[in-house]
Amino acid sequence: MQPINRTKIEFESKSANEAFARLVAAAFAAQLDPTLEELADLKTAVSEAVTNAIIHGYEQKPGVVKMELVLYPDSIEVTIEDQGVGIEDIEKATIPTYTSKPELERTGMGFTIMQTFMDSLDVQSAMGEGTKITMKKVFHKK
Amino acid sequence: MEITVKQENQILTVFLKGELDHHTAISVKDTIDMLLVKTPFKVLVLDMAGVTFMDSSGIGLIAGRYNRVRSIGGSMKIANPSFSLTRILKMSGIEKLMKII
Ligand SMILES: Nc1ncnc2c1ncn2[C@@H]1O[C@H](COP(=O)(O)OP(=O)(O)OP(=O)(O)O)[C@@H](O)[C@H]1O
Ligand SMILES: [Mg+2]
Repeated sequence: MQPINRTKIEFESKSANEAFARLVAAAFAAQLDPTLEELADLKTAVSEAVTNAIIHGYEQKPGVVKMELVLYPDSIEVTIEDQGVGIEDIEKATIPTYTSKPELERTGMGFTIMQTFMDSLDVQSAMGEGTKITMKKVFHKK
Repeated sequence: MEITVKQENQILTVFLKGELDHHTAISVKDTIDMLLVKTPFKVLVLDMAGVTFMDSSGIGLIAGRYNRVRSIGGSMKIANPSFSLTRILKMSGIEKLMKII
């Protein structure tokens, strides 16, 4: 299927931008007239990926987070990218309740939420280079 | 995030209003932890009727307060979460730790 629309934004790795990013994603997706529940799922997944980029990727230091949104007739593809520390073991990182930062009251649920609320999740990462999360959500699934 | 508090018969109720994410959780955590220290209570109730968004940062916040409350001999409940919050509470196992009313 061919994309019908596309946008890309970049923002600083500041926690105030978590709400900004999920609102942008929801506003863009609104073109496809998703249900409120589908929009809530999308916002939560975006919030998880952006929060991870800020807390883990950049370890709360300055950096740039990129978000690309591609609309298809029935779905949205979201890519969230950081050029932070990277993930050493992706398989381990995506296990429910695994967290490398329990001292920051993280509980290791982010990837599980992304997996559950979206229809697909792909994680690419290299140590010292960064992490790229690609997720897809199909709207009006019957 | 707007926080209001009610204290009655050893029950400390904290009402949250707004979106609970990593950005807002920091001040909510500090406010509740301060209350836990200076208020005598047996039960902490987190009333989430006004919470319109929550991600895993909310889970961390709840789990962290639960551990703190338990360590001083109290118990904790979650009140009035929306449909989408309930889904996240169930997924994370919070539902097994405390009553959702
Ligand atoms: N962008 C990233 N850069 C580097 N490491 C990451 C990134 N995203 C996730 N991780 C690693 O994967 C682990 C699991 O991520 P996940 O979002 O599931 O849990 P968490 O962020 O630790 O906790 P929670 O999301 O529940 O607050 C993190 O603890 C971290 O070690
Ligand atoms: Mg996370």
